[in-house]
Amino acid sequence: MNSPSRLPFYIAVFLLISAGISLAVWRHIELGIPWLTGEQRPVWMVEARVDFNGTGEPVVASLNVPEQPPGFRILTEQAASPGYGFSIIDKAGSRRAEWTKREVAGPQTLYFKAQFIPDPDAEPSPPAQPPKTKRLFWEEPEATAVREILSKAEARSSTPESMTRELIKLMQPDTRIQNTTLLVSGENYLQLLVDMLNHSGIPARTADGLKLEDARRRQQLTPFLQIYNGERWLTLNPKTAAQGVPEDLLLWRQGSESLLDVVGGSNSEISFSMLRQTIPALQLAAMEADDNGLGFLSFYELPIEEQSMFRMLLLLPLGALVVAFMRIVIGIRTSGTFMPVLIAVAFVQTTLVPGLIAFLSVVSIGLLMRGYLSSLNLLLVSRISALIILVIFITAGLSIFGYQMGFSTGMTVTFFPMVIIAWTIERMSILWEEEGGQEVLIQGSGSLFVAICAYLLMSAPLAGHLTFNFPELHFTILGLILLMGQYTGYKLSELRRFSPMKVYD
Amino acid sequence: MDWISPRVLNRLGMLNMNRRNVDYIARYNERSSYPLVDNKLKTKLVVAEYGVKTPRLLQVVRHQHEISRFREMAEELAGFAIKPAKGSGGKGITVITGRDEDYFVKASGARVGASVLERHLTNILAGLYSLAGTPDVAIVENLVESDPSLARYSYQGVPDIRIVVFQGYPVMAMLRLATKASDGKANLHQGAVGVGLDIGTGRSLNAVQFNRPITLHPDTGLELENINIDAWDEMLEMASRCYEATGLGYMGVDLVVDANEGPLLLELNARPGLAIQMANGRGLLPRLRAVESLKRPHFTPGERANYAMETFARL
Repeated sequence: MNSPSRLPFYIAVFLLISAGISLAVWRHIELGIPWLTGEQRPVWMVEARVDFNGTGEPVVASLNVPEQPPGFRILTEQAASPGYGFSIIDKAGSRRAEWTKREVAGPQTLYFKAQFIPDPDAEPSPPAQPPKTKRLFWEEPEATAVREILSKAEARSSTPESMTRELIKLMQPDTRIQNTTLLVSGENYLQLLVDMLNHSGIPARTADGLKLEDARRRQQLTPFLQIYNGERWLTLNPKTAAQGVPEDLLLWRQGSESLLDVVGGSNSEISFSMLRQTIPALQLAAMEADDNGLGFLSFYELPIEEQSMFRMLLLLPLGALVVAFMRIVIGIRTSGTFMPVLIAVAFVQTTLVPGLIAFLSVVSIGLLMRGYLSSLNLLLVSRISALIILVIFITAGLSIFGYQMGFSTGMTVTFFPMVIIAWTIERMSILWEEEGGQEVLIQGSGSLFVAICAYLLMSAPLAGHLTFNFPELHFTILGLILLMGQYTGYKLSELRRFSPMKVYD
Repeated sequence: MDWISPRVLNRLGMLNMNRRNVDYIARYNERSSYPLVDNKLKTKLVVAEYGVKTPRLLQVVRHQHEISRFREMAEELAGFAIKPAKGSGGKGITVITGRDEDYFVKASGARVGASVLERHLTNILAGLYSLAGTPDVAIVENLVESDPSLARYSYQGVPDIRIVVFQGYPVMAMLRLATKASDGKANLHQGAVGVGLDIGTGRSLNAVQFNRPITLHPDTGLELENINIDAWDEMLEMASRCYEATGLGYMGVDLVVDANEGPLLLELNARPGLAIQMANGRGLLPRLRAVESLKRPHFTPGERANYAMETFARL
């Protein structure tokens, strides 16, 4: 029976469903919103502590802070230092935290804290212009030694990376030749490497890294070598020539700026302590949502009150899906199409058992009163209006009665939508008069069954989590409901209803 | 619990609720034609133009002040029925079968005064029985005196014949007999007996009550096997003609056989139920598909009724 004109419909439904799912997957990957509730993510809290002695003069303390360390994303930054003015200054190529104070005397301690999220994909953006090399002037006999070592390394290499590796090898103590011993003396090893690489035309610089270990204090930075290979900066271990940044290494400083400058103080020192923390993945996603411009796609930026309202509202489509499924595919008869959803919403607020008791007592008392109303031969509108007022009386009565008896659950009656209950009573009563009590029982229990199913689905923590954090999944629900609108197969109940037809087969 | 597999149902060609709604009612019934069948007065007027007889219209009460004329008119009448035009499911229908001095005698035997009937009319006008409570119109019709050959099968009430008409072709028919359980009404889900009728001959096939097969009427105790409807081809043609009148592609036509006037149209239904298949022991789908696959539909109601009698009895 499928005429070709339905093809666009199915394509549209398919697009809706796949759009919903793929948007959700994309947002999961891009924003890190977790699929499940209660998922935790590790975060490194790193604290830099700056100590110096004030000399009674105005002080400017400026600390290089990470801008975009490879392998990490910065979540939060804060400084703790009473009495100091603080700001973070972005200059080309470097970010510096700056503390200022007019008069400083005695030992001083400044703190800078930042939270880092491990993210293997985080990469510093490549420099806009390729960095320039600085050629140094070497005096003899160093000049000859440098020339010879460089030519040796150059002969054994093809790229800036391999050149650097060969150079590091040549500079190691066990392979040292006379030329190198002449050059290397004590502390200048790394700077010498940088100078030699620059001399050979490879842009190079130093970087400082912090090895991340849980609950360590008073740690120092370890120096690293960075070279520019024409596309981006590469990090190498200056001793082993191992390339790349280890997973537990946070590059605190990159570029040639100094780590710490203190003007107006003496004996400045810096040390680091760190802590591995876990925070809920959802909170993390919400915090990051504002930053990366995708925040407008979610509800996190709404005021809390509106958020909780949407939490409830976004559950409704699930209830509608349950009702559509139960009526179209299973064939359960309910009184009033969407009455079960609204009852289920009320159950979510009252919890199931008190809600059921309250609902059943209101409806049955209402039915008794409606019996009298029907003998008055009133017109529909005034009959319903009278019923609404009666329902309010009943709920008020039940609340007060329950409260006096010491059941605070009696109060939950007020969560039920009065107008819907009035209509339910009206329909049930007409049904009773026209079709008898059995039909009332069938439809009443059918409605309650669907309401309970919808309640169970809507009150599942996962359902609330997914509908609120992935609102695009409602496209999928919409697609499913549209698809069900085209279902022309037998309902489950019809397999029973038509069972006497067996004899004709 | 007794179940039937969907494959068996498919083989029998049973039409189900979802398919009826999507593939037939939604596709073949124009929304704009619904008022024609939901309003009994409009139905009466429109089918009259196509030569379909309905119970004679005695009076239409549209406004409160017209009620006073009802008493004058009812003075000479022995039997009549008061119906709300937009009533559904037999609500608000009062049948007067005779007179006892100044009183009117209802079908149940109760005697009521004219003032009671007038109040009933007021209630109808105010919309007490109409869907959604909208203001309504009351119609007063001549009393249908059921043909005694059929009336004897029914417990109270008038037996009626439901014919499903698809694109003007009568596709399936059944006789509905009121029972004590159905309170004199011919509604199947209230417990009336449905007797399937052979579309080719008008003879009874088998009978069901509450979806279960029966052979005897539960109240009158009469055998339901050998019922034969007279003037069957005339009735089918009449049902077929309603298609031209309303334009509804898929509808139920309810006919009664009056002892004096012959077949009369009682009402039309834009959402006919599925129980007719159980009464016939056959599914509707093979017949509906046969009509859909016709390359050249027949033009006159007579031709369509003939085609149905020849073809569908075998399907």
